[in-house]
Amino acid sequence: MVAKKGSRGGMGGEDAEEELTRVPLQAILLADSFATLFRPITLERPKVLLPLVNAPMIDYTLAWLESAGVEEIFVFCCAHSKQVIDYLESSKWFDQPNLSVTTIESYNSTSAGDALRLIYEKHVIRGDFILVTGDTVSNMSLAQALKEHKERRRKDKDAVMTMVIKQSKPSPVTHQSRLGTEELFMAIDPDTKQLLYYEDKVDTSKGIVSLDKALLIDNSSISLHNDKQDCYIDICSPEVLSLFTDNFDYQHLRRHFVKGLLVDDIMGYKIFTHEIHSSYAARVDNYRSYDTISKDIIQRWTYPLVPDVQFFGNYVTKLERQGAYRASDVGLSRSAKIGPFTVIGSGTTIGNYTKVSNSVVGEGCIIGSNVSIDGCYIWDKVTIEDGCKLKHAIVCDGVIIKSGAVLEAGVVLSFKVIIGRGFVVPAYSKVSLLQQPVKQDSDEELEYADNSSGNMEIASISNTPEKLEEEMRTELSDSQIQAASEVGNGGVGFIWSVSDGGHEEEWRHSVAPIPEDCLVEILKNATDELEISNEDGNILPPSGELEPDSVNDSDEDVRDDSVHFEKEVEATFLRAVHENVKEDHVILEVNSLRLSYNLTSTDCAGALFYAMMKLALDTPHGSPGELVKNVASVITKWKKLLKYYLSSIDEEIEVILKFEEMCLELTKEYSTLFVQVTWFIGFGVLYKF
Amino acid sequence: MPDVHSLVNEFVIKLKKRKIEGSKATAKLTVELLRSFISQQRLPHSNQAAALIDAVKAVGEKLIAANPVELAVGNVVRRVLHIIREEDLSLATAAVGGLSLAAESDDEDDIDRDDHPVLSATAVAAAARNALRPPSLQTLLEDIPHSAAAPHTSSSGGDSEGKSKSADKNSVTRKLKHNVIEAVNELIQEISTCHEQIAEQAVEHIHQNEVILTLGSSRTVMEFLCAAKEKKRSFRVFVEGAPRYQGHALAKELAARGLQTTVITDSSVFAMISRVNMVIVGAHAVMANGGVIAPVGLNMVALAAQRHAVPFVVLAGVHKLCPLYPHNPEVLLNELKSPSELLDFGEFSDCLDFGSGTGSPLLHVVNPVFDYVPPNLVSLFITDTGGHNPSYMYRLIADYYSADDLVVRRKSAS
Repeated sequence: MVAKKGSRGGMGGEDAEEELTRVPLQAILLADSFATLFRPITLERPKVLLPLVNAPMIDYTLAWLESAGVEEIFVFCCAHSKQVIDYLESSKWFDQPNLSVTTIESYNSTSAGDALRLIYEKHVIRGDFILVTGDTVSNMSLAQALKEHKERRRKDKDAVMTMVIKQSKPSPVTHQSRLGTEELFMAIDPDTKQLLYYEDKVDTSKGIVSLDKALLIDNSSISLHNDKQDCYIDICSPEVLSLFTDNFDYQHLRRHFVKGLLVDDIMGYKIFTHEIHSSYAARVDNYRSYDTISKDIIQRWTYPLVPDVQFFGNYVTKLERQGAYRASDVGLSRSAKIGPFTVIGSGTTIGNYTKVSNSVVGEGCIIGSNVSIDGCYIWDKVTIEDGCKLKHAIVCDGVIIKSGAVLEAGVVLSFKVIIGRGFVVPAYSKVSLLQQPVKQDSDEELEYADNSSGNMEIASISNTPEKLEEEMRTELSDSQIQAASEVGNGGVGFIWSVSDGGHEEEWRHSVAPIPEDCLVEILKNATDELEISNEDGNILPPSGELEPDSVNDSDEDVRDDSVHFEKEVEATFLRAVHENVKEDHVILEVNSLRLSYNLTSTDCAGALFYAMMKLALDTPHGSPGELVKNVASVITKWKKLLKYYLSSIDEEIEVILKFEEMCLELTKEYSTLFVQVTWFIGFGVLYKF
Repeated sequence: MPDVHSLVNEFVIKLKKRKIEGSKATAKLTVELLRSFISQQRLPHSNQAAALIDAVKAVGEKLIAANPVELAVGNVVRRVLHIIREEDLSLATAAVGGLSLAAESDDEDDIDRDDHPVLSATAVAAAARNALRPPSLQTLLEDIPHSAAAPHTSSSGGDSEGKSKSADKNSVTRKLKHNVIEAVNELIQEISTCHEQIAEQAVEHIHQNEVILTLGSSRTVMEFLCAAKEKKRSFRVFVEGAPRYQGHALAKELAARGLQTTVITDSSVFAMISRVNMVIVGAHAVMANGGVIAPVGLNMVALAAQRHAVPFVVLAGVHKLCPLYPHNPEVLLNELKSPSELLDFGEFSDCLDFGSGTGSPLLHVVNPVFDYVPPNLVSLFITDTGGHNPSYMYRLIADYYSADDLVVRRKSAS
């Protein structure tokens, strides 16, 4: 309604008349993700200040907004708001020419919805604005999207929002995008680019997406995409804010607001999409996207927001061969190997024979000799002593890793943790100085649902970090004893227990690449489920699939049979021993068993012998010598029975083999006596009698 | 003062964010910034040339560090430094010329020598440099008074300054600044008219019915070709230029101006080169050895041209002349831009998945901007002063830059 043409792309209008109504391009930057995926790190530092390739995430977002022509940015801070404001002050973002940055502080907002309601009350947004979170990395030009948005607005007042999307194929196996988010289904009108359907929590196991029938009736054509990525960059009209105020239960931008608008057709508000092709846009949502976006930055997809361009306050690094970036004052040992796609910050020293590859190392780190670092994100002032091995881990500021420690894939070490000498941190574990909150919302959904308990706790932590630290110092002495056991000798920190989802969900969002066996398992599960669903649907499986299954079944049956047979024979034999049944009767019984299980006499010999040896073993004995005596007595007692079945050399061999098998698998005690007992069996039993 | 500093900072930020592109625009903005910087710079009474040089060096260092890839910034800063030195020298010689008769028996000499060791040092250095510099044709003709005065200055540098301490000090202060700004204005003029200067020579190089090949988009090249067109020469042009396809934009513009234009792909250059009479290209920078830093793909064109004995002509304004050698560690030869110019990210997003396998991608895209063409592949340079052989470049550079400024870095103030 205001500034239709004048502020196109933030450029001045030609007419004086339009110039008057021109509103500077505004943006709302939410410096809080209202999620807990980055815990435990985010308990001590807000997510937007976490370094991404050695520059805080918020710098990427602000630098992009500034270069895209945004003139006024409102930074909404909630958790750790003081830290965010302090950072913005110290980093000169407040005194940029042609850009005004204002912070809005809140202590009790628990969701994006609350934040927008608060901003609405302040009446600072005067025209169309851009809504982003403080963890967005992009180099897209907003001019085109803004122009489209404004033109649509002129024609149709109800076009309240333009969402920026980008093509990105989800993995067919894990059904998650390369950013680690769930597979997203969108229905878009191919002509008008209107968004008709948005679903990011599809039950992919069934492979079913259900669309409203009305969608197909109302629209002449629909294109359904699962290869689009939501960039979480929205161009909104001022109505969006009032919509949030009207619907006070809207919390999440996508789950509530977008879906709410799409479902509710009474108001008739429409959301449109704008697809970007050559430029880059992504949001750091979880550890996996942290990894992916870091690598995209190193591979320069985000140019000019790359480490060797000083886009804002970051140290200059020089790009070298194979995509390795190195600051000028790095102390690098001659024998250290810096692999491809590695960033090394200023003031870092690296010792002899250390290998670093695919990693980001921050400023002022000390890395010892013979250390191997692969795919890790090491932040500032970290000390890694000699001989450590790190693989796909995130290591926060001030961590000390004592010599010989090993970090397995997917480990996250929060601030100032100390890992003891030679300790192996298990895969996907998170270590923090803070203890895991007892009542923790393991599920994101929960956090939105009950906004009091879980979040008040975070707020209290965030508001008094100093106090907390003090507490910790006093507590450290007693807690250290406990902690020491958790992270090795001399270590400090608590290993957080894995959330309810267990490992199954851990690998999805971790920095580590998805392990092969996980992929295989998923594939297997997927096919299994497919079969089950097929059976449910009464669809006959194709014959080709059936056959191998049946073969497998029969194989298994055979194995099962022989096991059952052995057990039966053993029971019979034991009964004979305890109840003094005659040998002939035993032979009769074993023979009938043999017939019923359809086996050969060789099997009977094996099974009987097995039963005898078991009996000898079960008879109480003190030393190996006694055990040999036991064996001798049992065998001499039942020699007739055994002899009946040892009619040929084949059976004798079978018995020896059976004994060997027993020694290897079942009764380890015999293994030391193998020679003795075999001797006994071989000569004493078979030839003497 | 704060005004200038904010201007400098703003410019530095723009350079850092790569918002200013193209060497001519950068050069012009840099020199304009330096002009306003000099005009607002307050100079001390004594030793002002050195003070000014130090101040300009301080700013220049910042500007160069902001975008080390854009060599034009450094070139312009060095030019301005050179201008200051020259003006200082000419003032000094003028003063000596004026004083030589009147102040021969002056006693102040001994007293003032101690006060101004720095200035005399620079004066000596300047003189020494003048003496050392190989006498090019221009210097031989123009600098007769300078070289003649050089021995004088060495002995009476402090003397001249001492004289000016009294009444005419202010006028000298102002005079130096005034002269410098005047000369800088000339430089601005020179940079902004370099296209026309170069284009004027077009008729001498392009003849009737010739086929010309160029690569990428260069404003200089376009002006050059259009100038030839205006002189009623008819010819055909080949253009191209992956990955940025600036050649397409150039083709459009040339066609709009009525030039017969053909677009070919980069890979077909060798196939077409035998039909070409001349290759005319722009440059990013011309190094001291006559090598050229140019848009990517030019080395291939140059090799093809050499194979078929086609003249390879490089157009470059003087602001592109860089006094550094390509092996100098300060020269960052290349910049890698976003790979999205080569590949569509969405299309290849499944190949760029870091989530599986070893965590490193199997597909890696590199998009360098520049190429280096060694001097032996270049037939001719056309600058605004005329055509030059690659081997002559170092002489031109000696004319435009002073050897002391090759490394623009503040050491101790000496």
